[in-house]
Amino acid sequence: MNWRGVLAIYRFEMARTFRTLFQSVVSPVISTALYFVVFGSAIGSRIQEVEGVSYGSFIVPGLIMLSLMTQSVSNASFGIYFPKFTGTIYEILSAPISYLEIAFGYVGAAATKSVMVGLIILATAGLFVPLEIAHPWWMLLFLLLTAITFSLFGFIIGIWADNFEKLQIIPLLVVTPLVFLGGSFYSVDMLPPVWQKISLLNPVMYLVSGFRWSFYELSDVTVGVSLLMICVFLGACIFLVWRIFATGYRIKT
Amino acid sequence: MRPLISVVNLSKTYEGGFTALHDISLEIREGEILALLGPNGAGKTTLISIVCGIVNPGGGSVTVDGFDIVADYRQSRERIGLVPQELTTDAFESVWNTVSFTRGLFGKAPDPDYIEQLLKDLSLWDKKDNRIMQLSGGMKRRLMIAKALSHEPRILFLDEPTAGVDVSLRQDMWGLVRRLRESGVTIILTTHYIEEAEEIADRVGVINRGRIVVVEDKVELMRKMGSKQLTLDLHDTLDQVPEALAEYGLELQNDGQQLVYTYDVHRERTGITALLGALSEAGIRFRDLKTDQSSLEDIFVNLVREQE
Ligand SMILES: Nc1ncnc2c1ncn2[C@@H]1O[C@H](COP(=O)(O)OP(=O)(O)OP(=O)(O)O)[C@@H](O)[C@H]1O
Ligand SMILES: [Mg+2]
Repeated sequence: MNWRGVLAIYRFEMARTFRTLFQSVVSPVISTALYFVVFGSAIGSRIQEVEGVSYGSFIVPGLIMLSLMTQSVSNASFGIYFPKFTGTIYEILSAPISYLEIAFGYVGAAATKSVMVGLIILATAGLFVPLEIAHPWWMLLFLLLTAITFSLFGFIIGIWADNFEKLQIIPLLVVTPLVFLGGSFYSVDMLPPVWQKISLLNPVMYLVSGFRWSFYELSDVTVGVSLLMICVFLGACIFLVWRIFATGYRIKT
Repeated sequence: MRPLISVVNLSKTYEGGFTALHDISLEIREGEILALLGPNGAGKTTLISIVCGIVNPGGGSVTVDGFDIVADYRQSRERIGLVPQELTTDAFESVWNTVSFTRGLFGKAPDPDYIEQLLKDLSLWDKKDNRIMQLSGGMKRRLMIAKALSHEPRILFLDEPTAGVDVSLRQDMWGLVRRLRESGVTIILTTHYIEEAEEIADRVGVINRGRIVVVEDKVELMRKMGSKQLTLDLHDTLDQVPEALAEYGLELQNDGQQLVYTYDVHRERTGITALLGALSEAGIRFRDLKTDQSSLEDIFVNLVREQE
């Protein structure tokens, strides 16, 4: 293993994050605050409590998941797309480093950054509503697994995309809707029965549910199912990345 | 001696069906400077990119120091530094960080002293904390060289190192290339300029339309280039070169109407005076005479044209 190479990519990506600290950190904090103002205060004043938890507290896990997923996808996809776009990828391709190691570097950095953002949002939320975390280790486990899975997914998008439009389109058309419809801001029980069934097809619902359980022991599906589902997605992404590398798809001519 | 890099029957067809390399075979010797000459689109960059791992090879094989570039890519790539044709850098990184990054990518332990020396050698030390976008074009090119050398490679590929480089920087660059060669680095460079190949290379390879046309010692090519031809239009045609003139290696042309004498301009005595004396002794009269010089450029142009 060329661990120094992995570390070089990881450090490079982290340096990029810290160069754009404002974008990376301040903007999620601001948008979280906005969500609290809009959802927490405006809507929350009508809903008040969901299964014994105040609406403001109820949406915290969903908000974190929303940012975690979108950040993971955009960090990782941009991280690998940009060198392809500028041509600096020549350096990575000519280095004695395997594809697996390249993926480690990029995905590791993207996941680190989004976990950081997730924790910052958690802290910001703490300023607005009382928080309790029933199972902190489970919480961290879900946080990590989700960050890694979605970073891998973003990495795949970054390799697949050959223009900026494609880079944006999947997060915009797939990830964001799935997250919004995945029970981030409501409990699936609150939906009409038909929509409850449809929600079961939404992979994100399982993640939000499991993550929320680690806070309040409230869940739409049992936590074991959530964990299983996230492992299935992780496995699927690893498989895809492996296939991409095995065929050299869109990386080398 | 085993060649350091050995390219055997390498071919490459890009997606879309364009064949950029046809069955190329080439051996690169340890410690030499090889110049690859060829017109635009000849396949120089494609060849280099395959050896360095940026482009997938088609048919054939390449070994670097005995290591196959596909099966043993780690060992082969470790030995190679590449300065690509295009100036592609991360605008926001600092000079120091980007050079250290490359070293890390190649799996080498950090060595600040080495990088300091490298940046000093390339006159970039005072810019070490600058962002890359604050550098001039020539500085960027030197930075690319620093990156390529950051992991102490034994082989350096320079793809058109002098494109957009002024005369004095070019001299500096050749100075550096020579010093590197002295320290044992094997250098392969591509260029469109024949004079450059002449100035710096030990051997010259001409590549055109994806085929190697010739690979030869520069001195050998220089000998060809250095030769001049004296052509004499004879008054009376000859059937054969008279015995008395055998030592001059003359050739008859145009059904015996012309005598051609090839001589070396670099030699102190060209032998022309003696030849003219001998001619008049042999009673051979001529009406006119002219001289031609064949340059490396002529050879190059002829070689390239012959292929079309
Ligand atoms: N990615 C690619 N896809 C398809 N064709 C390509 C690709 N890269 C290069 N080619 C074609 O392969 C041929 C050789 O290109 P190459 O870049 O190797 O030439 P070169 O000798 O380096 O030329 P130059 O002196 O202009 O740099 C050209 O006809 C080029 O159009
Ligand atoms: Mg080229």
